[in-house]
Amino acid sequence: MSRTLYDLIGLAAGVAFILALKGLSHPKTARRGNLIGAFGATLATLVVFFYANPGSSLPLNNLGWILGAMIIGLSVGVPAARKVEMTQMPQLVALFNGVGGGAAALVAIVEYLHLGSHATKAEVIFTVFTVIVGCVSFSGSVITFMKLQELMTTRPVIFPAGRFIIAATLVSVIGVGGWVVAALGTTPLLVLAGLSLLFGVLFVLPVGGADVPIVISLLNAFTGLTVAASGYVLDSVLLIIAGTLVGASGTILTRLMAEAMGRSLFGTLFGAFTAKPQDASGTAEERPVRSGSPDDVAILLNYARRVVIVPGFGLAVAQAQHTVRELADLMISKGIDVAYGIHPVAGRMPGHMNVLLAEANVPYDQLEEMDEINPTFSQTDVAIVIGANDVVNPAAENTPGCPIYGMPILKVANAANVIFLKRSMRPGFAGIENELLYDPKTMLLFGDAKASLTKVVSALKAL
Amino acid sequence: MEPIAIISIFVLAVFVGFEVVSKVSSTLHTPLMSGANAIHGVILVGAIIVADHSSTNLELGLAVAAIVLATINMVGGFVVTDRMLEMFKGKK
Repeated sequence: MSRTLYDLIGLAAGVAFILALKGLSHPKTARRGNLIGAFGATLATLVVFFYANPGSSLPLNNLGWILGAMIIGLSVGVPAARKVEMTQMPQLVALFNGVGGGAAALVAIVEYLHLGSHATKAEVIFTVFTVIVGCVSFSGSVITFMKLQELMTTRPVIFPAGRFIIAATLVSVIGVGGWVVAALGTTPLLVLAGLSLLFGVLFVLPVGGADVPIVISLLNAFTGLTVAASGYVLDSVLLIIAGTLVGASGTILTRLMAEAMGRSLFGTLFGAFTAKPQDASGTAEERPVRSGSPDDVAILLNYARRVVIVPGFGLAVAQAQHTVRELADLMISKGIDVAYGIHPVAGRMPGHMNVLLAEANVPYDQLEEMDEINPTFSQTDVAIVIGANDVVNPAAENTPGCPIYGMPILKVANAANVIFLKRSMRPGFAGIENELLYDPKTMLLFGDAKASLTKVVSALKAL
Repeated sequence: MEPIAIISIFVLAVFVGFEVVSKVSSTLHTPLMSGANAIHGVILVGAIIVADHSSTNLELGLAVAAIVLATINMVGGFVVTDRMLEMFKGKK
């Protein structure tokens, strides 16, 4: 295959990626967009088998190794993506992003070893960039995975002199990067990779649980840029286009997500350094709460005129989306006005709740976004909060200095009654106490969300 | 390739990337991130290229590792995005 044809097919794949991102931006075309992207990626992968370096013959060298490695990748990636629970999707995306960054760093290292002293200065600089950012993306994503999987604490990890250690690591990364460019050795490159991995860990550790999705999105954009940089070294237009597209759209997406959470990007990434110890965290002493039975909840609902359901991560964990729909249908049949209040970042990722409720075929028009639903809480008789905490926590409005301060919340406190379905008194993902739980108009129903809802449904049917 | 051509491609791709996602509802943030994540899996192409011209065992070993990781990124990414979006079908 001629170089021109090869590059033209690469361009076609690049266009497919643009159409994919465009499609993914609208609900109706999203699925088709993803398929177009998959088509582009498949095309790009197939065509590389028919074009080797000028002068070398088909098939590719090391073909057995290449195909074997792809089969291993397929047999790991596909089952992981197929079997993952909806609740664990965010961490899987983080992990996929991390391995992508790792792959880009490895590609850069191999090409660097291969070129040896033939590398041009520009190629070395791009290699250094790819190794640094790819490694940061890899180790950073592993930490976000561990936070989301709750293999480690979800709170910001702040150690003494943390910011100096991070700054020193960053300075050494840049210094060693300069050393690689100047000295062209294998050892400095490996030192660079090691330091970059360390920096990725240090960079993500201080990020609080609720901000993790923003960091995943940022690391995703980083990986895109590394792919673009490797495209330069490997002389591949396709990699440049694809990587740059992801880098640019990922940056915008990161900003949109941060806006949805009412955070500045800077605040998210560096907030842990500047934040004062939380005021609310000291108030963990035993305080009286009002807990109720499923019958109490059913009675309250039976005489309500308007009920707003606020789903959170607890709903996803309990897989209670079908049961919550059953409850909503039952209330509607009793003439109660029912709506779902969807916080943009309820769950562990933006849109998590929409996906989950869509699975249970909840009608789209019952899902209301935060700005639509907030003014209606004052006319709402009962707000049922199912496994959500941070997104309804008034501390975001009235406790300056707490980690979620400034995040827009669902103002369930304005409803006449608030029911919390919770597993325990444990605070939410961000680790902040919720004053609303102690409010006299709040009733708590402890237990697994699905089990509790099932009991409420049968109690309500019996009334 | 000419540096100026590469810079042009880069700058234009940046603007296209900004434009295509500038208006997207928060509902789609997660699938969009996941889809973009799958797209950068095309680093697989780069991994195959370096595997092809690896001349030492070390190079080949690293390249094979890169292919495994990139395949997981690309294929897993598209499959998981499709699963998320499956939930949206039959809407509206």
